[in-house]
Amino acid sequence: MPIATASQTIGPYWHLIEHPEFADLTRFGAVGERIALTGRVRDGDGAPVADCCVELWQASPAASETFPGYGRAATDSDGRFRFTTIRPGPLPGPGNVQQAPHVALNLLARGILGRLVTRAYFDAEPLNDTDPILALIDDPARRATLLARPAGEAVWHIDIRLQGEGETVFMAF
Amino acid sequence: MSEAFPTPPDLRTPFRALTPGTQPPNDFPEYGSTQKRHPKQPLLRIPQTVTEITGPRFSPSRYPSIIDLTRSGVHEALGERIIVRGRVLDEDGRPVPDTMLEIWQANAAGRYAHPRDQHDAPLDPHFRGEGRVFTDAQGWYQFTSIKPGAYPWRNHFNAWRPNHIHFSLFGPGFATRLITQMYFPGDPLLELDPIFHAVADEQARRRLIARFDIECTKPEWALGYRFDIVLRGRETAVAEE
Ligand SMILES: [Fe+2]
Repeated sequence: MPIATASQTIGPYWHLIEHPEFADLTRFGAVGERIALTGRVRDGDGAPVADCCVELWQASPAASETFPGYGRAATDSDGRFRFTTIRPGPLPGPGNVQQAPHVALNLLARGILGRLVTRAYFDAEPLNDTDPILALIDDPARRATLLARPAGEAVWHIDIRLQGEGETVFMAF
Repeated sequence: MSEAFPTPPDLRTPFRALTPGTQPPNDFPEYGSTQKRHPKQPLLRIPQTVTEITGPRFSPSRYPSIIDLTRSGVHEALGERIIVRGRVLDEDGRPVPDTMLEIWQANAAGRYAHPRDQHDAPLDPHFRGEGRVFTDAQGWYQFTSIKPGAYPWRNHFNAWRPNHIHFSLFGPGFATRLITQMYFPGDPLLELDPIFHAVADEQARRRLIARFDIECTKPEWALGYRFDIVLRGRETAVAEE
């Protein structure tokens, strides 16, 4: 039986496959509640990660001809990235428990040999209280690392810390 | 424009766990850049939900193919022309059809057409180093390029990356996302490379090395290399028929 191929780092020169338009998930004419999701990626010293490939995947709204569900953004010299997308709705979860609206984020960079996966939820969303994935995190401060916060009209912001104080919860599955 | 978004019969089946030792760790001290970029808290193990089991779909109509990296207009890139082909399979040996592969690489001199690459080697104005191909119904892909050169990096004294081509694949779900590198047979730098050696399992490392393929070699034109890629399989094997 074949075994899955090993991951290797995306390295510092992945921008050869960077296409800035990928960061706009509404570019094919998606309809829905348009939002911006901004973020900032920092390392174990708190220094900005300026060469990160941030990928976004959301299963809601369902991918279609007008909505790819997938985006890719590069961090700038200050570690910042920005997506334009459609606000996701709730999703089915394990058992009969609904998942709160969220997007998955995939972080790839020099110094990341595999991938670092996390999620962004929306602060103050009532369904967060019963979300089956958030419920796996006991420490409220750790859970809070997965919450994007309002940062202007229809703008949400999430800080991502790869290591150290305020370290983001990363996931394996 | 109308596009089909086919629903695989086992869409809701989770992907199986990766085989221990065959994937690199997040923390690998020999690769210095991992030091400040790996989480120190344990990863949160979560059940696969619709977010992890499904994934994006790409089609050449929206993401145009670039199957020949050696040509830009009428000009040709300098270097040793190569053809790379292979199959994308899952862990049950089934082809992964219609999946996108993105490719990027250094030029023949070991220099990326990238502003941050300051290696003192010539740029080739006729080589950008980006490709994009899709697998066919049987999981086959193929592209034409030039053999990338080795290049120095500052990980340790006299550190050189072996010749390699970067690959990005998606497969059927977010859980199957894969970024990897293809290496070339007989490269003496492989034994010294910490990125390659971050994969503990020797067989898994060997599978990252393409093999010379005379069948794929085009007479009077280009050497051929074969590089198969395996993506995570589903937890429950589903019969083909
Ligand atoms: Fe490279």
